[in-house]
Amino acid sequence: MDSAPEQSIIRISDLDVALGSRLVIDGLSLVVNRGEIIGLVGASGSGKTVLLRTMLGLIPKRAGTVEILGQSLAKATRAEARAIGARCGTLFQQGALFSSLTVRENVEFPMREYLDGSDRMFREIALAKLRMVGLTAADAEKLPSELSGGMTKRVALVRALALDPELIFLDEPTSSLDPIAAGEFDALIQVLHRTLNLTVFMITHDINALNSVCSRVAVLLDGKIIADGSMSMMLASDHPWVRAYFRGEHGRLVQPPEEDR
Amino acid sequence: MLDSEPHLEQSVSDRAATLVLSGEWVASYCKEIESLAQLATTDLSQLTIDIGGVKRLDTFGAWSIETICQSATAAGVPAQLVGISDQNAGLLAEMSKATLAVPVAKKPRASVLESIEALGRGVAAVGEDLLSLLAMLGSLLLSLFAGLKDPKTLKWKSVIYYVDQAGVRAVPIVGLMTFLIGCIIAQQSFFYFRKFGATDYVVNLITILVLRELGVLLVTIMVAGRSGSSFTAEIGSMKMREEVDALRTMGIDPIEVLILPRVLALVITVPMLTFVGIVAALFGAGIVAWTYGGMSPAIYLTRLQDAFSHTDFNVGMIKAPVMALVIGTVASVEGLRVEGSAASLGLRTTASVVKTIFLVIVLDGAFAVLYATVGM
Repeated sequence: MDSAPEQSIIRISDLDVALGSRLVIDGLSLVVNRGEIIGLVGASGSGKTVLLRTMLGLIPKRAGTVEILGQSLAKATRAEARAIGARCGTLFQQGALFSSLTVRENVEFPMREYLDGSDRMFREIALAKLRMVGLTAADAEKLPSELSGGMTKRVALVRALALDPELIFLDEPTSSLDPIAAGEFDALIQVLHRTLNLTVFMITHDINALNSVCSRVAVLLDGKIIADGSMSMMLASDHPWVRAYFRGEHGRLVQPPEEDR
Repeated sequence: MLDSEPHLEQSVSDRAATLVLSGEWVASYCKEIESLAQLATTDLSQLTIDIGGVKRLDTFGAWSIETICQSATAAGVPAQLVGISDQNAGLLAEMSKATLAVPVAKKPRASVLESIEALGRGVAAVGEDLLSLLAMLGSLLLSLFAGLKDPKTLKWKSVIYYVDQAGVRAVPIVGLMTFLIGCIIAQQSFFYFRKFGATDYVVNLITILVLRELGVLLVTIMVAGRSGSSFTAEIGSMKMREEVDALRTMGIDPIEVLILPRVLALVITVPMLTFVGIVAALFGAGIVAWTYGGMSPAIYLTRLQDAFSHTDFNVGMIKAPVMALVIGTVASVEGLRVEGSAASLGLRTTASVVKTIFLVIVLDGAFAVLYATVGM
């Protein structure tokens, strides 16, 4: 893999992250290749969001390296960090929409920061993208406080995708959507993935999304990745926690793929 | 020229135009692709857009291609896309589903009419403000009566916490401010009274001024800025995070839990702070009288004793709890008015400080009239 550094878009090695005195991430290593949709699963409180925030440079790490798009955010200059920011999009768990801007202005904000185009172009692209996730022109003029939970998620996804990034981080993207909307959300991610060669790093508990969208699943437990591979590998795993997660009461909703039966 | 830059070649034969697109039609070239998309498509019978040569396409590129198609269609020219790869089909399909027509914004009305309307709304808002202030006072009284009937329900712990926050911790700054104002007034009085040999009356002036007006006014303005604003911000951010709604669904009255303890704490502490302020101001005046006015402390104290009257002291102290009640009530009302956005929190906190200081001064005037009528 060293011969083609372009291929690995995220490269984490021996990462240690502590919150206070508690070691949350303990010697974690993970490589994500370009074009993958990787789903990260783990028990609530196992440090998935901490891992994501460390990758984004929001939480300081204690040891190890994190490289995103071939660059370490910790060593990057301001200009380099800004350039990486334009090539990544992030959907936060609570949406993190700017509360004083309307939906459309929220989506236009990264475009205005990074691109040199006309107001009309930004407005039309913002509206077209909002349409893609099923929002109307009337919704575009609402303030974030007037949105429902599901709408907030969709607007946050659109904002994360505003610049057509190469890599997006999604923190529980479908957790407050109904199954139909969640399915549409997954389909949208697949369309964007195909068209833009998007790499997606997704934290999710949605077994359907893991099954239908993710090309790879990683399981985080006790600060380490304990299993990493395709969905059929997860379903075949012997690890007790992985088995409980994918084949327990809840996981039985999903049938293993045809060739595994 | 870089070969990755977006290109558009146009060839026209017999009023049928062919556009051949090449290069990268992506966000980083958004200025270029936007200008390429501004094409004149009139006088054509047919438009063919060949995107087979496009190396990379994202939503920005798809938007510009869709713009060309839609402007051609609007001009009555049938447009056709050829050379769509499997990779790009999904994105172009998504983009063509989205109507690019932006809804027309509402026509702005005449500015004169608008300013008259704004004035009317402003006046109506003042009326609503007063009503909601009265409503809050009423609810506070109700929950106070309920609390007095069954003292266990009163949140004494919170009251003590806010007495500490708004009272004890305010002593240093209130003391310093009133001390300095006392010094300044004494210096000014000595400077001007000396011109007509009336320095004996400086102490009378300072005593009456500080006891009746300055002590309580300075303290309440400080408390409005210091504690009123923090009450509004605290209650407002609880409102934003639906904590207030959570209390309501548990069947707990937010006024009883959040607001009554804060208001009670202010009603208890503001008179005490006023007393501290009066003492500090008189102390400051005494120091200036000694160092600048040449009046020995013993003489200053004797004159102070002569000038001091219980009536003046009461005039100041009676005002203090009433003003505290107004500060606490207005701050809470504004806090509960906070809506979802961060801007609204800022707006309400500003409104809270401005309104409390304004009302404190208006109340002071009302008290002056009242005292004049009853001869205090």
